[in-house]
Amino acid sequence: MLNSGIDVLREGLNAERLLGGLLITAQIAFVSVIISSILGIIVGLVRTSKVRVVRFIFRLYLEAFRIIPILVWLFLIYFGVTNVFDIHLAGEVVAILIFSLWGAAEMGDIVRGALESLPRHQIESGKALGLSFWQLYRFILIPQAVRRLLPGAINLSTRMVKTTSLVVMIGVIDVVKVGQQIIERSVLKAPAASFWVYGLIFILYFIICYPLSILAKRLETKWER
Amino acid sequence: MNINWEFVLTSLPLYEKAAWLTLKLALWGILSSLLLGLFCSVILYSKVKGLDRVVRGYIELSRNTPLLIQLFFLYYGLPKIGITLSEQVCAIIGLTFLGGSYMAEAFRGGIESVSKSQIESGLSIGLSKMQLVRHVILPQAFSVTLPSLGANCIFLLKETSIVGAIALPDLMHVTQDLIGMYYQTFESLLMLVVAYLILILPLSLFLSWLERRVRYAEFGN
Repeated sequence: MLNSGIDVLREGLNAERLLGGLLITAQIAFVSVIISSILGIIVGLVRTSKVRVVRFIFRLYLEAFRIIPILVWLFLIYFGVTNVFDIHLAGEVVAILIFSLWGAAEMGDIVRGALESLPRHQIESGKALGLSFWQLYRFILIPQAVRRLLPGAINLSTRMVKTTSLVVMIGVIDVVKVGQQIIERSVLKAPAASFWVYGLIFILYFIICYPLSILAKRLETKWER
Repeated sequence: MNINWEFVLTSLPLYEKAAWLTLKLALWGILSSLLLGLFCSVILYSKVKGLDRVVRGYIELSRNTPLLIQLFFLYYGLPKIGITLSEQVCAIIGLTFLGGSYMAEAFRGGIESVSKSQIESGLSIGLSKMQLVRHVILPQAFSVTLPSLGANCIFLLKETSIVGAIALPDLMHVTQDLIGMYYQTFESLLMLVVAYLILILPLSLFLSWLERRVRYAEFGN
């Protein structure tokens, strides 16, 4: 019985279809990580601002994503916003929107932490040399901050890749949905299919995320002083 | 925007029940992942041969795979090889599997943060191993570990939002049902968000208060 289950993976186009679903998942993750890296740097820079109101608003933005589960956010936009404003948004668009906003908030916190951890005298020395604001960031702060934020940023990326598995709940045909379709179609022929299909998806996610984790750990030990 | 208060009132009991279920699952998940995490960190710390490899493998596996897939595998996959678990047991096992590795890392970080000179000083004034752990290592490790333990608790409480996917009537599941049946989308989502705020905000505030309270125990930084 178990053998008939594993055969499902080799049957027809099933393996290709699963990989196609994985590609959708990877695309959503990739686009979101890129957008949130760019936005995150801006958010991080803004959050080092001395204006209290600005700091408070961005703190609120971060806490909103920390307190409310991502799945709830996906539901809010996918069902709520589309309902209230009577518009149609595809699941993929909603997913990229939420993951980017969430990523930007978290990335902003990592960037802010890295900038604030730099010793004060670095800024003062730069100013004493007569560097302009942009020169100060370009030549002194950003190069040093990147080392401190990269491990955290990569870890955030693995979390984002993992979380893309949730998009199946808002109707995106990702790797999980394709898996479910394959299981449903072969329910009579191969009742054990779900064991193998979900097992394979489990391993697929691991294969994507694990190298990123290793990279983050390597960089952390390499740059540790 | 008109809110249909009658609908809100009639579905309130459903949300209340779902919130209790969420809380119950989160509590069991947090407790058992604390235990599993402590167990794993002790093995890693004392470097038990062979066993530490297993623990390290488990940590990598659990940190690099999504909870949703872990749950699907437990709930839909395992019965095919003769292991059938109830939805609630699956959810708790899934949360423990996921949370255990995060807790283990937090504990390990705390124990490692206690400086060597502290342990050596303790030994040199003649403390026994138990006294050393009780009076020197634990208090210092605890205050360092607490923020990440707290963050993990909130993380696990939020992750319970996924258990609706294996047919548990949690907050997400109830909301999805109500939207599907009555099209009261706005009201249902509003109650969903309020329910999560009621669950998570007090915990979050309590943890930041606790963090400030125990900071005195940090030494030498």
